[in-house]
Amino acid sequence: MNIVIIKYNAGNIRSVQFALQRLGVEPVITADPEAIKTADKVIFPGVGEASTTMDYLRETKLDQLIVSLKQPVLGICLGLQLMCKHSEEGNTDCLGIFDEEVKRFIPAPGEENIHKVPHMGWNTITNLKSGIFDPSLDNQYVYFVHSFYAAIGPHTAAATQYTQPFSAALHKDNFYATQFHPEKSGPVGAKILKNFIEL
Amino acid sequence: MLAKRIIPCLDIKDGQTVKGVNFLDIKSVGDPVELGTLYAEQGADELVFLDITASHEKRKTLVELVQRIARHINIPFTVGGGVSELSDADALLAAGCDKLSINSAAVRNPQLIDQMAKGFGSQFVVTAIDAKYENGKWTVFVNGGRIATDKELFSWAKEAQERGAGEILFTSMNHDGVKTGFACEALAQLSESLSIPVIASGGAGNMEHFKDVFTKGKADAGLAASIFHFKEIAIPDLKKYLTDNNIPVRL
Repeated sequence: MNIVIIKYNAGNIRSVQFALQRLGVEPVITADPEAIKTADKVIFPGVGEASTTMDYLRETKLDQLIVSLKQPVLGICLGLQLMCKHSEEGNTDCLGIFDEEVKRFIPAPGEENIHKVPHMGWNTITNLKSGIFDPSLDNQYVYFVHSFYAAIGPHTAAATQYTQPFSAALHKDNFYATQFHPEKSGPVGAKILKNFIEL
Repeated sequence: MLAKRIIPCLDIKDGQTVKGVNFLDIKSVGDPVELGTLYAEQGADELVFLDITASHEKRKTLVELVQRIARHINIPFTVGGGVSELSDADALLAAGCDKLSINSAAVRNPQLIDQMAKGFGSQFVVTAIDAKYENGKWTVFVNGGRIATDKELFSWAKEAQERGAGEILFTSMNHDGVKTGFACEALAQLSESLSIPVIASGGAGNMEHFKDVFTKGKADAGLAASIFHFKEIAIPDLKKYLTDNNIPVRL
């Protein structure tokens, strides 16, 4: 099993690497297009700001590479958002793999102190679809840290409730993505990563 | 529904976990990685590792420990006490920590919050505030509670939020280590004045104190050290108690 984590100017790569190691897999961390193209599975992590990260992906042509991939790809957190059509964060066009729009959480008036932003902590996932989930994961808690979210849409593969329901995961063809951090979500997250590895 | 978080805090000195009473009189209570792993298995939602010697002795080398923690622990963790400039933050993030907590360094150089939020995102930046209630106001202290400043808790927390902090970790020095409950009144006021999450710290002595901090204190997370380290409260029991009291927690 040859798993590549795409190396680029976004944090959190180390945590994903360690999570895979705990599952007995040694990932390769690289920005080399050939290595990414020929991998069995590709992970596209990301923590950071959408528009500057998109600029970087365009400069390095990683944007074209990612959309052309045929093997299973898993985007995590900002990775999910960048795989969508457009993000309000820095008002940027993104990779357009998923049709969903990325918006900022806006608490209802008077609820600013109830629905704090960022949405930070453990929340439950429901309405699970796609091969990275299985019935045992329904309604389980996973770890989120984000201020922007992908709306519910045709590619929603898991839903979570905050200021309103949003896409906790997306899936289309060989592209999978989670808004939460499976690498930080305890045994539940480890199961999701294991399911991805075994796709 | 977003769960309330239970966060054991591991104070680190010379690579060992310690817990002081009122910030002084330190006793060693074990290996941080071993303790952290145990807490994660028991259902802790997050961990905080604070190098309590760092700002006093200017020691910065947490990187190796952070990497060892990240390798073993599958829940989020925050590291504090070793960050006084952007390059420290960079090294600790690269080593695998999820959030950085800044305290004295942020008071001395508030722009550090802006720089870190811009460089790594607000979600990385926890602003920790140690404050003491004296003469009718909450005064902010630095250097592990040793030095009083001219800052006041509520306005400083608000400023930190505006500069880009993603969370506030408020420790009441009046309550810390004395186990008579959290500073619920001040916490509620703080939580209501902010739009970012508040982590309550200082004063946990029994399970009811956690119920109170999430209801009366309106905190998003409750942090404690000694009651967990000395096995006075087991995390699974605490979470069951909170669930029985209709407080959403991750089981």
